[in-house]
Amino acid sequence: MDFVQNFPAISILICLFAGIISSGLKGRTARYINTALILIVIFLSFCTLGYVLGTGEAYVYVMGKFPAPWGNEIKAGVLEAFIALFFSIIMLLSMWGGIKKLGDEVEDGKVFLYYVLNDLLLSSLLALVYTNDLFTAYVFVEINTIAACGLIMIRQNGRTIEAAARYMIMSLLGSGLLLMGICMLYDLTGHLLMSNIREQVEILFASGNYRIPLLVTIALMSVGLAIKSALFPFHAWLPDAYGYSTVSSAAILSSLVSKGYIFLLIKIIYRVIGFDIFYNSRIINILFVFGLMGMIFGSLSAIKENDVRRMIAFSSVAQIGYIYMGIGMGTQAGMAASVFHVLSHAATKSLLFIAAIGLTDVSGGSRQFVELTGAAYRNKWAGVAFTVGSLSMVGVPLFSGFISKLLFAQAAVQNNVKMLPALIVLGISTVLNAIYFMKTVIRIYTPVEDRSYESVKFGGMKLYAATLVGFIILNVFLGVSSQPVVDLIGQGLAMFS
Amino acid sequence: MSRLKPQKEYEKTGAFRFFRWLSGSKDPYLGEVEMQPQKEFAVPEAAILDRMNEKQMIRNKVYDVEKNKKLAFFHKIYVIAAILFCVVLVGLLLYTVSYLPRTGNPSNPDNNTVSERYIEKGLQETGAMNIVSGMILTYRAFDTFGETNVLFIATCCVMILLMIDEAILKKQEANDDRRYEPKNDVILQGAAFVLSPIIFIFGIYVILNGHLSPGGGFSGGAILGAGLILYTSANGFEKTQKFFNEHVYKIAKITALCMYGIIGSYFYITGANGIENHIPLGMPGHILSGGIILPIDICVGLEVACTMYAFYALFRRGGL
Repeated sequence: MDFVQNFPAISILICLFAGIISSGLKGRTARYINTALILIVIFLSFCTLGYVLGTGEAYVYVMGKFPAPWGNEIKAGVLEAFIALFFSIIMLLSMWGGIKKLGDEVEDGKVFLYYVLNDLLLSSLLALVYTNDLFTAYVFVEINTIAACGLIMIRQNGRTIEAAARYMIMSLLGSGLLLMGICMLYDLTGHLLMSNIREQVEILFASGNYRIPLLVTIALMSVGLAIKSALFPFHAWLPDAYGYSTVSSAAILSSLVSKGYIFLLIKIIYRVIGFDIFYNSRIINILFVFGLMGMIFGSLSAIKENDVRRMIAFSSVAQIGYIYMGIGMGTQAGMAASVFHVLSHAATKSLLFIAAIGLTDVSGGSRQFVELTGAAYRNKWAGVAFTVGSLSMVGVPLFSGFISKLLFAQAAVQNNVKMLPALIVLGISTVLNAIYFMKTVIRIYTPVEDRSYESVKFGGMKLYAATLVGFIILNVFLGVSSQPVVDLIGQGLAMFS
Repeated sequence: MSRLKPQKEYEKTGAFRFFRWLSGSKDPYLGEVEMQPQKEFAVPEAAILDRMNEKQMIRNKVYDVEKNKKLAFFHKIYVIAAILFCVVLVGLLLYTVSYLPRTGNPSNPDNNTVSERYIEKGLQETGAMNIVSGMILTYRAFDTFGETNVLFIATCCVMILLMIDEAILKKQEANDDRRYEPKNDVILQGAAFVLSPIIFIFGIYVILNGHLSPGGGFSGGAILGAGLILYTSANGFEKTQKFFNEHVYKIAKITALCMYGIIGSYFYITGANGIENHIPLGMPGHILSGGIILPIDICVGLEVACTMYAFYALFRRGGL
């Protein structure tokens, strides 16, 4: 066995270790450990990606000495390694972008807890990405949920506590449904390991027995994960949680936490249930319809919003709708488009949150649109970054959002039944996106006469500006050289099954 | 032959007092022990009024029927929808359960290779008499490490929510110490004096015998934590802090989790790479057996005890 094969397991374990050790340290040291940790994880994921691309096939890593159905396993393929790499890069940039705000908004005695939660959140995301065992996935879903609650409420004011409570209730409902699904699947198949479950499910499906429990299981798991990733009718927790928490938390929650659950769902579709059986279950149509509804209603809510952070949060509802629409198409192309949109939305939404905080800071801390007028002149870097994020969200060529919309459209054309609704809603949603994002961009670039607010120079925000540049590069990279990424995703999805 | 004592002499004996106490005619402590009625903990009335006013204001603002007709409407809809949702979910689950394989039926579709191996080879592969311990701490050790971290992260979240700055805490305690520390409860202190050592010893026993008999780190740790809570609620935080303060708590928690992590990582990585891990399994049934189970049980037990106590202390007082 090659040494590189240890890297996924090591990256999960060092995250846990870093979290544990940070709980006994002061805030500043914990911050250094956190940064070093994320850099190490980036390096390890990069090596894993290189190794898997070299060998051309996924490998199974047994956690302990007991193989397949008896012990725990993790599995690393191209897609897993790439997502891990991407997630850790976004995590690093989000942390850097919000570091100054974190100091202002969190009590000094509790800053170290933020880094503890962050380390454990990263470990849970990596575990969700790599795991080959359903129960391990559930355990780390729990860690993920609790850590996300902590990230929301660490900025202590009434709104965040309420948002955290709401998030916790909805999220635990989702976890509960997922757990029930796992229990039923265990009852039907006698396994917890993904590949073994899949063999058994195929046998069950072929024999035609236990159709109803199998269908309910699929439904429970899909709905549970949909609630956790804020699909349209279950999105009530989202705007407050993203809108009032400290900015790093908002960026991490919107771009990583919800995406981790979506990735788990994709994994369950391919590795546990099997793509064809999932497709035959018709649950997929429900996901498709909810996705379409989310695309429109999320955007409508965003248009009505008068608070820039909450507007971006509502835009997330629409974008999650895109991802579920792709999954709901039931084709490989749709799935690939969804995975690409996971990446593109992660890169764009965190950029928008972090750029918005720069704009509101130079507008006296107010998030109302009236106050934001001309903010882009006062903080030029944030203005440019916000514009790039908006253009990417709307789907202008050169940026990542364009490619994902193109991929969705291509996938829709290949599907006879779902082509018309998908294309129409895609068009409407793009127009709505353009309305609210361009409205904001025009607003921040409208010059104002009276200079009542101070403007910020580059010298005062080097790290912040560097973060924004990093995000912009990531966005343009996804938009310009999309073909390698799309190929990678295709290769990864092929390795999945 | 017994001789009757004179009445006066008899009244001085213990037997007389005992029977008098038994018949309820006189309380032996009355007049002998200095008794002071405890002062009720009182919140100044102005503060209550203030808070009520504030609450009323918020309520008026939020639930003003005139201005929030929409809200009242949606409130009704939410209640109805919630009830409907629950009923539908309950119905769906009951319906599904009726289609699930019957428990204990030999012709069930579930294939039993996993549980078969756990039961038949568990003892020989893990060295644990207690199959459950062997399963969660050897076969699925990674899951259990995650589970322990769930406890850890839950404490972190409670700390975020409830931990109060040390200086403020001191001030609050100086103002009304009775609210936090029942210092003079003789019955509780007496009971705790007898019970807590027994509880501690029993907890340690359960932890150390996790691989031999039912129990293990999670249950034993919960017992230890309960003992600590009993001791604290009887004797107050000041006495507990002499041996279990925030410093000790941090050291114990971090050591326990790190030890678990190190043992676990060694086990995972050697196992995955096919290297012999040199952990002796020992004779099944002996106290020093079971490979990694005993040390991991001790770590889990410490962590669970710390978590239980930290929850209690944070909710009660806002600090350890």
